[in-house]
Order: sequence, then C-alpha cells, then structure tokens
Amino acid sequence: MVTVAHYLTVAAVLFSLSVAGIFINRRNVILLLMCIELMLLAVNFNFIAFSRLWGDTVGQSFVFFILTVAASEAAIGLAILVVLFRNTRSINVDALAKLKG
Amino acid sequence: MISQILFYLFSAVLVAAAIGVIASRNPVYSALYLVLAFVQSAALWLMMEAEFLAVVLVLVYVGAVMVLFLFVVMMLDINVEEMRQGFTRYVWLGIAVALGVIAEIGYVLWSQAEGRQFLTVPEPYPEGLSNATEIGAALYTEHLYAFEIAGMILLLAIVAAISLTMRRREGLKVQDVSAQVAVRREDRIRIAQVEATRE
Repeated sequence: MVTVAHYLTVAAVLFSLSVAGIFINRRNVILLLMCIELMLLAVNFNFIAFSRLWGDTVGQSFVFFILTVAASEAAIGLAILVVLFRNTRSINVDALAKLKG
Repeated sequence: MISQILFYLFSAVLVAAAIGVIASRNPVYSALYLVLAFVQSAALWLMMEAEFLAVVLVLVYVGAVMVLFLFVVMMLDINVEEMRQGFTRYVWLGIAVALGVIAEIGYVLWSQAEGRQFLTVPEPYPEGLSNATEIGAALYTEHLYAFEIAGMILLLAIVAAISLTMRRREGLKVQDVSAQVAVRREDRIRIAQVEATRE
C-alpha cells in the first residue's frame, strides 16, 4: 500500500540529497542553482501529498505559485550568472567575494 | 500492487537521478539528470492525482527552465577541474548533513506514527473529477490576487533578466529607434524651388 507517508519519505530523501549537494558543490554556482531547484521540488512533493491527504486544492494552488517563483528565480539567477561570468571569466563562488565593501 | 511497483520504480530512479545531479563531474550531465528527476517527479505527482501540476512540471521545467540551464551551461566555458576542488574534502560533510536532515525528518514522520492519518491510503477521487478544473476554480476565485501577483513576478523576471544581460558596446552600428520615430518631416524633406528655364 502506498500511503501518503511514502511520498513524504521520498520528499525527505530528495531534500536531504539536495542539501548535501549544496555542501558538496559549494564552488559551482550552476550546481547550487540546480540543488535549489531540487529542494523546491521536494517541498512541492510535501504540498501535493498533504493536499492529497486532505482532499483540498489549496496545496496544489500553492505548488503552482512555487513553480512560478522558482521559474523566475532560475531566470534571474542564470542572468546574474552570465553577468558574473562576463566580468570574472569564472563561475566560482569565491569570485563573488569581489562584491564585499 | 501495480501502484506499489510503480511507486518504488519511480522513487528509485528519482533518488538515483538526484544523486547524479549532485555528484556528476560535468554540469551538463547534472542538468540532464535534473531533467530525469523532474520527469520522475511528474510521474509520482500523477500517481497522487495531481495531473495538472504534473503536466505543468513537464512543460515548464523540462521544456523551459532546464533548456535555459543547459543553454547557459553550454554557453559558458567552465573550468570543470577548478570547480571540483574541495569535492573530496566536503563530500563527507555533505553526507553527514544529509544523514542528519533525513534522520530529523524521518523522526518527525515515523515517531508516534500510530493512528496518524498519513499512514492511511487516501480515497481515490470520484471518477470524472477534473483536477485542472478544480485548480482553475480555486485560482480564479479565492487566490485571484495571488495569481495576479504571480503574473507580475513573471513580468519582473523577464525585465530583470533582459536588463541584466543586455550589453551596450561602443561602436555597434545599431538603429536608434526613438530617433527614427521622433523624426519630423522638416528634417528629411527640402522643398527645392527650381526656376523653370528654357534653352
């Protein structure tokens, strides 16, 4: 039997993997963005699972808004990444230390 | 039974794809593994009877966002070796943090789980109920303001992305559209008074 708890467990595994990804790939801005996308996906899993549990569409509406914001975030993040690469010829996170002061 | 098999199949591929995202040597492979993860998630959302969101996930994420990611990854000339520095140093920290997070969430989920409602299998929705109609009715009535704000956020993202990446270089021979539009008749046309003569 596939209960809601099974989906919540999959979401937890996905979330912890993406947290580990942020720790592992802490130099690469593109991979950090991808890990954030994975995290948002795991959160969406929770919303949909509980929406399924209560038979309510509010959770699914919330997922819709999260998808909107995540798409905007990816677009702006990649634009910033392109500008960063144009200025420093690198996408290393350490290059962002230039911004201090 | 069949739903159980499908659930474990999709979940296993999803977790394997997530591991591929965070552990791949090349960012292009990471992006492609992320596409696989999104497709598997869409299948799992279909099993949770969230059909509209599953379709939106495939259309928006696999169709648009990941293409954007791949485009940027392939456009930039990334030094992969430099990016991999510190990988082995941080991999154990990453594994430890992942195990910690999963232990915490697992404890919250499974401790005192007896009698909790999420251990039951939810009743399937009645036949003929359209998920897209339900979400549309909710979005256009009770979440209308949030829906319009979401539209504004998308517009803001368009303007921000274009204005960030627009590059003004000197010496480019481009049209100045506002100057073209603002031109008046007197600037372009000269009435020449030519005397008519006869040889």
